[in-house]
Amino acid sequence: MTIKADQTLDAKGLACPMPIVKTKKAIGTMEPGRVLEIQATDEGSLADLKAWSEKGGHQYIGTKRDGDVLIHYVRKSSGEEKEEITFPHTISNEELQQKLEAGAQIVDVRESAEFAFRHIPGAVSVPLGELEDRMAELDKSKETYVVCRTGNRSDLAAQKLEANQFQHVKNVVPGMSKWDGPVEEN
Amino acid sequence: MMAVTAWNAADVAKRVIEKKDVFVLDVRNEDAFADWKIESDSFTYKNVPYFDLLDGVEELVPELPKDKEILVVCAKVGSSQMVAEMLADEGLDVAYLEGGMKAWSEHLEPVKIGDLPGGELYQFVRLGKGCLSYMAISNGEAAIIDATRMTETFTSFAEEKNVTIKHVFDTHLHADHISGGREIAEKTGASYWLPPADAEEVVFDYEKLTDGTSVAIGETTIGINALYSPGHTIGSTSFVIDNRFLLSGDILFIDSIGRPDLAGKAEDWVGDLRETLYTRYRSLAEDLIVLPAHFMIMDEVQDDGSVQEKLGVLFKENHGLNIENEEAFRSLVTENLPPQPNSHQEIRQTNMGRLNPDDEKKREMEIGPNRCAVKA
Repeated sequence: MTIKADQTLDAKGLACPMPIVKTKKAIGTMEPGRVLEIQATDEGSLADLKAWSEKGGHQYIGTKRDGDVLIHYVRKSSGEEKEEITFPHTISNEELQQKLEAGAQIVDVRESAEFAFRHIPGAVSVPLGELEDRMAELDKSKETYVVCRTGNRSDLAAQKLEANQFQHVKNVVPGMSKWDGPVEEN
Repeated sequence: MMAVTAWNAADVAKRVIEKKDVFVLDVRNEDAFADWKIESDSFTYKNVPYFDLLDGVEELVPELPKDKEILVVCAKVGSSQMVAEMLADEGLDVAYLEGGMKAWSEHLEPVKIGDLPGGELYQFVRLGKGCLSYMAISNGEAAIIDATRMTETFTSFAEEKNVTIKHVFDTHLHADHISGGREIAEKTGASYWLPPADAEEVVFDYEKLTDGTSVAIGETTIGINALYSPGHTIGSTSFVIDNRFLLSGDILFIDSIGRPDLAGKAEDWVGDLRETLYTRYRSLAEDLIVLPAHFMIMDEVQDDGSVQEKLGVLFKENHGLNIENEEAFRSLVTENLPPQPNSHQEIRQTNMGRLNPDDEKKREMEIGPNRCAVKA
């Protein structure tokens, strides 16, 4: 599966500091929460991008390798940590772990790049921005657990699902940032 | 706009040895800086990652000294050059390091240790990593001991001195840096010597370096005599050159002693280490000049840039040689050891010829400080 990004930056063949200089510029023009793919050949770009993302509040998602090319994914800071969780039905990470065997419907509403690097086995990837259009792919009658990184995007998604007659919706809190159960990657 | 100057690694080495006041602005990320930096007692440091300076250096300027040389350093060169130019735009005189920490890690500074019959003995000081290599020269011939992978430096030096490299030795199978010994031997047709006890898994041919091996170079035949001295590794061998110099490998350093755990056998080798340091070395002449394969701290570097001390002085001052109690010694060298060098397993495999990483990978494997010693 190819990993989807909202924007791609070609920094191949560029030496430090250019990959980060260009990344900073590109991120500056993007909407909060969007994912940037950065293609680079400078090995040092990996450590620097991680450190730079952390400082700037951006989310470093992961890096794939294609031959000599490092393909990094960074999600622009969305400020979501500050938002409030309002959907009343929640389930903790630990409780969800108990339910994995039962074949519950787990909907992961993070961006596809975040999902690709690390997700709960069996979870369905439906990024929040696509939820409206793809709701028909989901089963309204099943117990549905909505997960994201910190519980905020899933909070919005849970509200949307309930408004669309999904019967048993729960928001997983806090979500993947603290998930220590089984995971897989694409 | 003020001037930006490029310094090469030799320019920096000179200032380290001469103990100049230099202010290092290291613009690598914080982890890299915490792991290793240009070490000098006379330098002062500030670490600000270059990516924190992309919007400008105005806030940084007041924190920089007016009365010192300022050197901007990064991993390779690009970021330091960028930051140096930004500082120059703010009216500062600054330098950046050509080739960055990569060049610093690979720089070898040759220092003459003394005269030999018909020649000289040189120490190659790798300030960026603390490795010490040696070249003994006599009447047109040379022997190299514990060469680092920057083989050009050794072969060019030999050419400059108009000598033929006849023998290349490694005192042991190194775990902290990649040996250049075999490559030099292949390039020059010299013999490559390794202690067989360390070489059980090597995949190339070599000459067996054993206790009492004696090799002569030059017409006046200065002797290089091998002395079996296990402990850091089971095969570790020391050399006595011209009855004046003791090349102690990674067994004995100036301010510390070798660690026995890098091949995973601390418990097995601790007895050998003690025997070597407390019995075998004790039987040697005290006026031998000890020349180790490493130094750990700048205090060990003399004013002329060399690393050396009389064996008798070390018996008095090196704490690792003065632990009467065997149990205390055992616990010193097997417990609470510093972290093992980065990539030490891969480096050992490379030195056995079982891995063949490219140059970029070799550099990466060697990044960081060497950690071959135990300090009491």
